[in-house]
Amino acid sequence: MTDSFDIAVIGGGNAALCAAITAAEAGARVLILEAAPKPYRGGNSRHTRNFRCMHSRPLGPLTDSYSEQEYFDDLIKVTGGKTNENLARLAIRGSEECLPWMEERGVRFQPSLSGTLSLSRTNAFFLGGGKGLVNAYYRTAAALGIEVRYEAPVTHLDVEDGKINGIEFTQNGTTHRVSPKAVVVASGGFQADTDWLARAWGPAAKNFLIRGTPYNRGVVLADLLEQGVEQVGDPTQCHAVAIDGRAPKFDGGIVTRLDCVPFSIVVNKDAERFYDEGEDVWPKRYAIWGRLVAAQPEQVGYVIIDAKSLELFMPSVFPPIKADTLEDLAGKLNLPADRLCATVEEFNAACGDTSAFHPTELDSVATSGLTPPKTNWARPITEAPFYGYTLRTGVTFTYLGLKVNENAQCSIGNRPMSNLWAAGETMAGSILGQGYLAGFGMTIGTVFGRIAGREAVAHAN
Amino acid sequence: MQIDLIQEARRQAEICNACRYCEGYCSVFPALHRERVFADGDITQLANLCHNCRGCYYACQYTAPHEFDLNLPKALAEVRQDSWKAYAWPAGLAKLFDRSGVAIAVGLVLGFALLFLLAQALRPESGKGFYAYMSHSLMVAVFTPAFLLPLAAIALSLRSYWQSVGGGRLTLGDVWSATRSAGRMKNLEGGHGDGCNFEDEDRFSQARRHFHQATLYGFLMCFASTSSGTVLHYGFGLEAPYGLFSLPKLFGVPGGVLLCLGTAGLAWLKTRADPNLGAPAAWGGEMAFVLLLFFVSLSGLLLYAATGTVAAGLLLPLHLGAVLTFFLLTPYSKMAHGFFRMTAMAREAMLAREARKQ
Repeated sequence: MTDSFDIAVIGGGNAALCAAITAAEAGARVLILEAAPKPYRGGNSRHTRNFRCMHSRPLGPLTDSYSEQEYFDDLIKVTGGKTNENLARLAIRGSEECLPWMEERGVRFQPSLSGTLSLSRTNAFFLGGGKGLVNAYYRTAAALGIEVRYEAPVTHLDVEDGKINGIEFTQNGTTHRVSPKAVVVASGGFQADTDWLARAWGPAAKNFLIRGTPYNRGVVLADLLEQGVEQVGDPTQCHAVAIDGRAPKFDGGIVTRLDCVPFSIVVNKDAERFYDEGEDVWPKRYAIWGRLVAAQPEQVGYVIIDAKSLELFMPSVFPPIKADTLEDLAGKLNLPADRLCATVEEFNAACGDTSAFHPTELDSVATSGLTPPKTNWARPITEAPFYGYTLRTGVTFTYLGLKVNENAQCSIGNRPMSNLWAAGETMAGSILGQGYLAGFGMTIGTVFGRIAGREAVAHAN
Repeated sequence: MQIDLIQEARRQAEICNACRYCEGYCSVFPALHRERVFADGDITQLANLCHNCRGCYYACQYTAPHEFDLNLPKALAEVRQDSWKAYAWPAGLAKLFDRSGVAIAVGLVLGFALLFLLAQALRPESGKGFYAYMSHSLMVAVFTPAFLLPLAAIALSLRSYWQSVGGGRLTLGDVWSATRSAGRMKNLEGGHGDGCNFEDEDRFSQARRHFHQATLYGFLMCFASTSSGTVLHYGFGLEAPYGLFSLPKLFGVPGGVLLCLGTAGLAWLKTRADPNLGAPAAWGGEMAFVLLLFFVSLSGLLLYAATGTVAAGLLLPLHLGAVLTFFLLTPYSKMAHGFFRMTAMAREAMLAREARKQ
């Protein structure tokens, strides 16, 4: 098999599949090297659920319209301007033609999921979620004759004279070598390598949970960076959210999210509040809470709510800790009971008129004279039983990655590499400096995956 | 009902309720997402709504080897099978569910023997067509109770089911909604219209839906054939045998062909599908039931083809023995699924209607 492939795609998620399919449709012989076993194929794409898509008129499941400028403005809001405008606009503009392309290759959409109605104009939801999308693409890939190797992690790429000479990967305990004409790297970030995270973040990172695949350990990324391939982004930047502290170390995915923070007070392990829980609606705030919790002692937070708020948010995968008194709840959560009672008392005393309380809108039901304040949904915590959740930092993906140009091409020594392209999370740092916009990861993966496939096949032919 | 089966399905439903990615596949998920906590009756209702299309299994990021180990189609199939047993009437016959294959085989042997004996002992002096071998009044005497008693048993089972899942008042609209859904096999469409996952892992196909529809409509046409024969006989004094262009034949022949094809297709698909995504212990009984229906339709067609030959004398008791077995085992075999499924879908229509009103 050694030289029978035109193109090798490293990775098996959305971006890899889009690149492989695009190249194979143009006639190339394509090999996919996926590190995970078949049940875990697809990287973080398995856990995704939607695709943010520009459109000038209703398109597929999307209502109304969503212009390039509005999309770009939304992006700038979350990244605080740390965005490569050229590449971001390329991804945004490319998204519109992607949606029908995806449908033609078996991806199916559905109306917005319950609890996500606010996204029905901007985000197209995959029927069955990202694993359904991944399955459809693997079916399409098989029909195109693309060869897929599972449990075939790439260990090394030979970089020489600005090009890739060969790829080494292991499978069934032996090392194999291939020398395709072109290579697409789409093997994600390095978040599953907690040692690497710890080098960037300090020992606190050992307490982080990894929301997605345990296979994104950044082996290929590190190998390329060591050989001088140009890097982009800051190793401390990542998409990190606050999730249920009882989530598994890896692969907890969507179900570990907690939507109760706006109706709660959140304290650290000393039972002290540390941030305005009611700053904005949760979909706009859940990402900053990953960092807030990471900054607390032992990287843990505790959400405290009372009986009247229990049904205001989506059900959690693990039931909340429940107690009839705050003292008992503190005991069950291992918090100092006297401090927790004092914090709640102080908070309750700062609450005012709650008659305007509205769970789904910014209601300005705020505390007064409290630091930090709670600026919306501030209702005293008084009704037994009381409920608690632990919060931990859940990392979705890291931003440190390969720097690419508008052709998804990697570079070395300020010059483009002749046969190396990158797509998906491994190059998302080229576009996102910080922050995250829901559904944009799949946009980057799809648009740049297709670009990488197109460019690779042009080089190989 | 078995608490461990319900508990396992509840554990899985709670994970599904925090995820919701599968909302578009079928009726189970909108029903599941309406609840925050799942009473035993809620789980039973979800189990009977599930058509085992398996879309949710193949799309799930939490199936084994993931530690959450989700396999909702299996969990619901186990509860569903158990619920039919729990509500079977009389309760003593519920164990037939566990031995459906054996029950069908024994039923067939006894049915054949009985009808052979009757045909031998009470052979009429005269009569045309089938009635040359068995008189009309004898057939009526055997099949009227064999048809009505199982229906009464099913009605009592459904009443117990209805009470255990929470009761409530159905409207005609609810029943119509369930009928339309069953008529289209909407829950095997996959939400996108590409069909379901069954015989080839995650590939969507219409095969199961179409074979099931052939079975359903074939069965209904055969039933219409018999009913129209009854009306012609008693209402118009027109007795069998009927010509090719009579109602009983116009319903019966295409109906029999459809039923034959549908059941053969379903049996074939069943050999290809992963048994671990259903209730594995029920596999043999389900297969036996599909093959029984296949035999009913095939022997019926052969009987028609053999009209006027000596073979008819042999085929008639075989066909009628199979029909008798099918009727008598209806409340205690896979056939029960149709009645429970319709009830569950009507209930879902009722609950959705009530939820809209709030």
